Amino acid sequence: MSERKLFDNQPDDIAWCPGCGDFPIRNALIGALNELNLKETEVVMCSGIGQAAKMPQYIKSHMWNGLHGRGLPPATAIKAVNPGLTVIAEGGDGDMYGEGGNHLLHAIRRNPDITLFVHDNMVYGLTKGQASPTSQRGMVTPVQPAGVIAEPLNPLALAIATGATFVARGFSGNSEQLQNLMKRAIRHKGFALLDIFQPCVSFNKLNGFQWFSRNTYILDASYDPHDKLAAFAKTQEAMPYPLGVIYEEEGRSVFEESIPAYASDKTPLALRKPDMDKLRELIRRKAE
Amino acid sequence: MSVLKDQVSIVLAGEAGQGIQAIESILVAILKKSGYHFFATKEYESRVRGGINSTEIRVSSARVSAFSETIDILVTLDPKGIPHLAGRITSETLVVGETSSPGGERVTNVPFTVFAKEAGNVLYSNTVAAGLLCALLGIPAPEVEAAVEKQFARKSDEIRAGNISAAHKGYAAGEDLVKRGVISVSVKSDPAVKSDIVASGAEAVSLGALAGGCNYVCAYPMSPGTSVLSTMAGYSLETGILVEQVEDEIGVANMALGAWYAGSRALVTTSGGGFALMTEAVSLSGMIETPLVVHIAQRPGPATGLPTRTEQADLNLALFAGHGEFPRVILAPGTLSEGFDLARLAFEVADAVQIPVFILTDQYFVDTYYNTPEFNPESHPPLSHVIRTDADYLRYRLTESGISPRGVPGSGEGLVRVDSDEHDEEGNITENLELRVKMQDKRMRKTGEALKYALPPVLVGPSNYRKLVVTWGSSFGTAKEALEIARVPDTALLHFPWVHPLHPSAKAILSRADDIVLAENNSTGQFAELLLRETGVQIRKRVLQYNGMPFSVEGLAKRLSEYFAGGVK
Repeated sequence: MSERKLFDNQPDDIAWCPGCGDFPIRNALIGALNELNLKETEVVMCSGIGQAAKMPQYIKSHMWNGLHGRGLPPATAIKAVNPGLTVIAEGGDGDMYGEGGNHLLHAIRRNPDITLFVHDNMVYGLTKGQASPTSQRGMVTPVQPAGVIAEPLNPLALAIATGATFVARGFSGNSEQLQNLMKRAIRHKGFALLDIFQPCVSFNKLNGFQWFSRNTYILDASYDPHDKLAAFAKTQEAMPYPLGVIYEEEGRSVFEESIPAYASDKTPLALRKPDMDKLRELIRRKAE
Repeated sequence: MSVLKDQVSIVLAGEAGQGIQAIESILVAILKKSGYHFFATKEYESRVRGGINSTEIRVSSARVSAFSETIDILVTLDPKGIPHLAGRITSETLVVGETSSPGGERVTNVPFTVFAKEAGNVLYSNTVAAGLLCALLGIPAPEVEAAVEKQFARKSDEIRAGNISAAHKGYAAGEDLVKRGVISVSVKSDPAVKSDIVASGAEAVSLGALAGGCNYVCAYPMSPGTSVLSTMAGYSLETGILVEQVEDEIGVANMALGAWYAGSRALVTTSGGGFALMTEAVSLSGMIETPLVVHIAQRPGPATGLPTRTEQADLNLALFAGHGEFPRVILAPGTLSEGFDLARLAFEVADAVQIPVFILTDQYFVDTYYNTPEFNPESHPPLSHVIRTDADYLRYRLTESGISPRGVPGSGEGLVRVDSDEHDEEGNITENLELRVKMQDKRMRKTGEALKYALPPVLVGPSNYRKLVVTWGSSFGTAKEALEIARVPDTALLHFPWVHPLHPSAKAILSRADDIVLAENNSTGQFAELLLRETGVQIRKRVLQYNGMPFSVEGLAKRLSEYFAGGVK
């Protein structure tokens, strides 16, 4: 038996269905964290609720498994309070694009140096097969018996339009590329969105492993992810969908470095002692 | 002629945007400097311009901290002020305004706009009014000039000179009223006022939060909770605290919990409607045992209700917010110093017991200000209960007290794993139903730990009382003065700053009374129900008010007298 890899907590029982895309995503994540030479105590895995959002349970690191849709506000705060930590938020398309949609928009705007992995299987898994924000039109489900009417969300276009500085897409069926994309996303300074196509073997009969394999292609080296308009055009491509880094922008200031709290004192908020002299001064000023 | 000794109640009325606040701030600065006790409270409409707003400033020889209906002097910058306050204007009230206004026959004419134009700009009308009031209070002219100069220090020479001239004109008109015997005011100054501080309820809560080690504030703007957000934002640059306006209230509460989890002390400030959106996160705080401090400035509901008015109707919301069962603490300050102390205590309890703690105020409390002895923070920074973790750290270690020592990521060798699912000691999701019971029992045991911090209710009046008046939160000051006026024999006031879970002494204190009347600013008596649940003492006599206004001293005194006289059952 091979030695335990860092970040692998070797769970006895994993709640995912056999054959789920979550497994290769977990392997790629453990591989990426090891290749980045991070320590388990330096990483916080932060999630909401859903099958994908259970990922922190199966990674040996700090863990926040909170409320459905609400992974990003705590992730932003954790990074702001202790910027030395590597903070990764992870969840599914329902969690991050549906329930948590507003937080996504504003996390992108704040641009904290955190990473978001979204397992995008175009269906709700944990609640058993309803449409998700990325379900394709016409998809029949127990709750949408006449087929999905709404247009699927295009998370990559949305992220670029909102000002994200790293936007990428991977596929659970392409582990090597996925692991590299994860590494790049974690290394990127600023908010990084990696949307990960993933088959749901139990509930999505429309978009299975074969469907994703047939309808995706890997961007080659000739594609330059630094041209924002070209990147936006790239997000409009479908059937096949491009896989790789769609857009990347370096040098944008990040939330935890822009906030006045760190303007003159770089000590993490987590380690600061309140300044009682300053407080007494504020109180005394009220006597003037 | 009105002869006013030892106290005078001044009301300023005008449209939103007419500059009532400028009069108020000039006047208050002078009162403080001259050593007069004062109390200021405002009522206003939910609009930015127009309508009619009023500010009451009570000036007194002794400490004063209650809203009074009495108006001794009314200054109306807009004629609509008179019908707006009709119920409070009596034959004793000196109404100062411009006789050209409708209803002018009740008005003692002072041509504010004419004087203001003479001084250079019609906009200086409010400074004319400030000068007039200073003359009525007998404040020496040079002090008035100095205060106006200071108020307009950052403006151009022309504006400053114009306002000083306007103040002089108003002052002369005031002197004339005194000479003509229209009014006589004699309030004594008190040297203690000079070393006092002047703070609003919002400032008291904000400074108390800082004293509790708060270094992160999350909020979404909502009246009247915004006042604490903007006060903290005002302090943020020089204190280095992080103040973030979050996209919505759900984000607010989840972000605050994330901040606590990572080792910060975060404050949430909101109002009832905003807090309603946070209730799932309150439950999360209960489950993951991550502390949370929420300030709720109440306003009348349901729904949008009366956005700028006051009420004490969100006690049940704070008490029952969040699905499932978990301990919590609710605090409700009745004075500025309680506002400071309880906000500090909220952080101490939240950190020590790892539970959500609520500070319940209301519009009346946060917007009211007066002189008060200087707040006294501890000489040392607040104690932190966060531990450095070992490699075998268990976030949810089962303990006798129910408190599992709390580590934070990055401090120590351990991993800090929190989960909103039922979990084992390590934080792993579990369906072990025996363990579920152990974990639930562990969480609920913390009620006992929270009670170690509980404050007994405050008794004011004879210790051998036979009758009790019970209040909680912001009604305290008014009830105290009302009881002094009502002169009901053998009666004491019992005020609860710590609202839940009740201090163990509460039951005995209540039980000793033969007759109890409870006064609260809502329509059902939520606190009476809480007292029944937690002490078994039933209070049927309830003085309730839910018209959006705080209790007044006079109104409450009258109703208390009626209740105790047995006229009302």
